[in-house]
Amino acid sequence: MARRLKLERTPMSKLPPAERIKTFDEVALGYTPEEAMAEAERCLLCRRPPCVAGCPVEIDIPSFIDLIKKGDFLGAVKKIKEANPLPAICGRVCPQEDQCEMKCVVGIKGQPVAIGRLERFVADYEAAHGEVEIPRKPPRKGKKVAIIGSGPAGLVCASELAKMGYDVTIFEALHKPGGVLMYGIPQFRLPKEIVAREIDYVKKLGVEILTNFVVGKTRTLDELMREDGYEAAFVATGAGYPRFMGIPGENLLGIYSANEFLTRINLMRAYRFPEYDTPVKVGKHVIVVGAGNVAMDAARSALRAGAEKVTIVYRRSRKEMTARIEEIENAEEEGIELKILTNPVRFIGDENGWVREVELIRMKLGEPDESGRRRPIPVEGSEYRIPADTVIMAIGQVPNPIVPDTTEGLETTRHGTITANPRTHATTKEGVFTGGDIMTGAATVILAAGSGKTAARYIDYYLMHRDEPGIWQKLFKGEVEL
Amino acid sequence: MGYKILRKEVLGPGSKLMEVHAPFVARGAKPGQFIILRVHEKGERIPLTIAKTDPERGVVTIIFQEVGKTTIHLGLLKEGDELADFVGPLGKPTEIDKFGTVVAIGGGFGTAVLLPMVTALKKAGNRVITIIGARTRELVLLESEMKEIVDEVLITTDDGSYGMKGLVTDGLRYIMSREKVDAVYAVGPVPMMKAVAEMTREPRIKTIVSLNPIMVDGTGMCGACRVEVGGKTRFACVDGPEFDAHEVNFDLLMQRLKMYREEEQYSLRLFKEQLEKEAV
Ligand SMILES: Cc1cc2nc3c(=O)[nH]c(=O)nc-3n(C[C@H](O)[C@H](O)[C@H](O)COP(=O)(O)OP(=O)(O)OC[C@H]3O[C@@H](n4cnc5c(N)ncnc54)[C@H](O)[C@@H]3O)c2cc1C
Ligand SMILES: Cc1cc2nc3c(=O)[nH]c(=O)nc-3n(C[C@H](O)[C@H](O)[C@H](O)COP(=O)(O)OP(=O)(O)OC[C@H]3O[C@@H](n4cnc5c(N)ncnc54)[C@H](O)[C@@H]3O)c2cc1C
Ligand code: SF4
Ligand code: SF4
Ligand code: FES
Repeated sequence: MARRLKLERTPMSKLPPAERIKTFDEVALGYTPEEAMAEAERCLLCRRPPCVAGCPVEIDIPSFIDLIKKGDFLGAVKKIKEANPLPAICGRVCPQEDQCEMKCVVGIKGQPVAIGRLERFVADYEAAHGEVEIPRKPPRKGKKVAIIGSGPAGLVCASELAKMGYDVTIFEALHKPGGVLMYGIPQFRLPKEIVAREIDYVKKLGVEILTNFVVGKTRTLDELMREDGYEAAFVATGAGYPRFMGIPGENLLGIYSANEFLTRINLMRAYRFPEYDTPVKVGKHVIVVGAGNVAMDAARSALRAGAEKVTIVYRRSRKEMTARIEEIENAEEEGIELKILTNPVRFIGDENGWVREVELIRMKLGEPDESGRRRPIPVEGSEYRIPADTVIMAIGQVPNPIVPDTTEGLETTRHGTITANPRTHATTKEGVFTGGDIMTGAATVILAAGSGKTAARYIDYYLMHRDEPGIWQKLFKGEVEL
Repeated sequence: MGYKILRKEVLGPGSKLMEVHAPFVARGAKPGQFIILRVHEKGERIPLTIAKTDPERGVVTIIFQEVGKTTIHLGLLKEGDELADFVGPLGKPTEIDKFGTVVAIGGGFGTAVLLPMVTALKKAGNRVITIIGARTRELVLLESEMKEIVDEVLITTDDGSYGMKGLVTDGLRYIMSREKVDAVYAVGPVPMMKAVAEMTREPRIKTIVSLNPIMVDGTGMCGACRVEVGGKTRFACVDGPEFDAHEVNFDLLMQRLKMYREEEQYSLRLFKEQLEKEAV
């Protein structure tokens, strides 16, 4: 009996907007086992699965979905973890619609298989049902590798190397590992308990994580390599340096970078002040400048932290917004207003230095600029003011210069990213590899994870061929392909 | 890895010294740099200057004034207790040069910040005069430690109970009238640093101040610590904390330090109530 393909995907329940804006609890509730099995049934188990090519870490998608069909959820998660140590995270925050799911053949006629939701389901299932299984440790190689930064790129690279038998140490500047997963992406999208759980798995693979260690300050990369015996290093320090617009009034009280606002809320748990000591100021009228994932996260966090009205201001049109569609929808459902084709020109404060108003100007779209998007141009004379007592600047982040500035021979591009061969991830300094946002500029969790995985392969190759003359030249020029 | 408190000393009312075991920080620290600590898992991250290090023993000395919840809580800890977090050394080290005669001015906890600075300035061959300012005699910090390092120590108290009666600026005016001053370092409350900057602006004496804005990460990631120097926005945790005093917008700094005044007072009140309950 030929079964008819279900064109619609199995829906995932969400907290209703009115309820969710009062808490930081996770919005998306995940599948039940029945729902997961129903969704798995939609997968055709393609022999040559296009979806896998869309996944930067090449998860064997049909195999894990097949295991779900058979009800072997623990087997499914094990299958995923062969390729990705962070399934509960990626299943939640990957822009699947642009990656694995975009390539799914079911998507040609109907909605693609909900690969991300299935991935998330099995990871959560494993966590809820007994011990997380740890692969057996391979024989030690007796070689030390330093990983700088504990975001997704660093975590994945470390896991891969540990599984190969290297002694791996991650150095992390903050007091908690996880990078943006911990300090940036809010609780209601990615609960911190889940991040902690997946980091715990990385530790169980044998990776040592040293927090409160700022490479370049606490010790330089050169010292780690010259004096402390690290034979190779992977720099994955992210793109965490906030940008401001440089317009008048930007240092008034109540004006935050998205990084500061989100760090106070996520890492320092300011939404639970005074139980937690760190405060955050959220006024009645909150303005968020920018329209990427960061802006959506900041806006939705502000709402949950008590704002009456949250307005997102964006200088281009809706089409150019870089946030995931799902996140824009979530924000609008929650009552956040979008003011497109609008840009702030200055902030006006009161006698105590607190921001009180934002002066905005209307914009129109002109010719395409270097990014290929139509350039926004201010409409002269269209300035007007709206009230604001908290402003959050979410207009992008650039790489933090601490490591490049303190490391001899580690060159950067004019964007501040570390110069490296795109295939091998080898930098201008022998033994040092890089990946994630500090190499590519701000991107995504899974791209960072994928680059950590690729780099691990080349790090292994380098350490196995270290004595070969000219090996670094070959790696830097991309003449090795694995 | 815990950061154990090895020694604790009361320096005066509301001001304490602690030696903390933090070998990495001790090994790398230079004068003018600071650490960020958290007392406990729910605590705030606060910056404190590295007053002294002993790399051999892996020890970092901090000196702090109890002004709010975190510093009061810190002060209640005992020898043997451990801090949740302790990261550093952060910030740029002091630029040490041979200037000639240097006046180093400390107000409040600022005197602690001066200790490593004046040590380095002396080593570089400068004649160093320190002015320690306080409201009253019992608040004068680190006088004997300072005397061991520098050429001359001048004390000013607001009420005249010790040393010269007046403000540190009166002390500075006296020294400037007496001899040629080549450089000034001033660390302390913002109004004090501002007043010193005003005095040295006209005679164009190079003046350096160490700024103390509110910080979170201390690595350039959040921008909480923005200050305005020479009309430009700078991040004090990575571009500073030391800047040319004549370029600093002190009024903005003073305003920004008040951003969380309400929350700080609320937090402190709850904490004191809790302490009272525990004492009963
Ligand atoms: C608010 C927000 C929301 C986002 N939402 C999404 C999303 O929904 N989906 C998605 O795919 N992507 C999202 N992204 C992007 C994604 O999080 C990043 O692309 C990804 O985290 C980059 O990973 P990374 O490993 O390169 O660096 P990061 O995650 O930035 O981690 C770098 C780590 O290095 C540490 N570090 C920096 N300097 C030093 C030093 N000198 N010494 C030691 N440690 C150091 C940092 O403290 C940090 O922990 C979002 C980003 C933000 C900010
Ligand atoms: C680079 C630097 C070096 C410093 N060195 C010393 C030192 O050696 N000894 C010392 O006693 N103090 C020092 N300070 C000041 C010290 O950090 C504050 O006194 C402390 O954070 C107050 O915390 P609290 O919870 O006890 O008080 P709160 O009640 O929270 O605050 C009291 C006042 O301290 C300031 N403050 C609050 N939170 C912070 C924060 N996270 N970062 C900075 N300032 C804050 C504000 O002005 C606030 O009004 C330094 C500050 C900086 C920036
Ligand atoms: S990791 Fe991301 S891209 Fe890969 S299969 Fe999972 S959801 Fe898709
Ligand atoms: S492309 Fe779609 S249907 Fe085919 S294996 Fe992948 S998820 Fe299943
Ligand atoms: S404290 Fe965060 S950037 Fe300086």
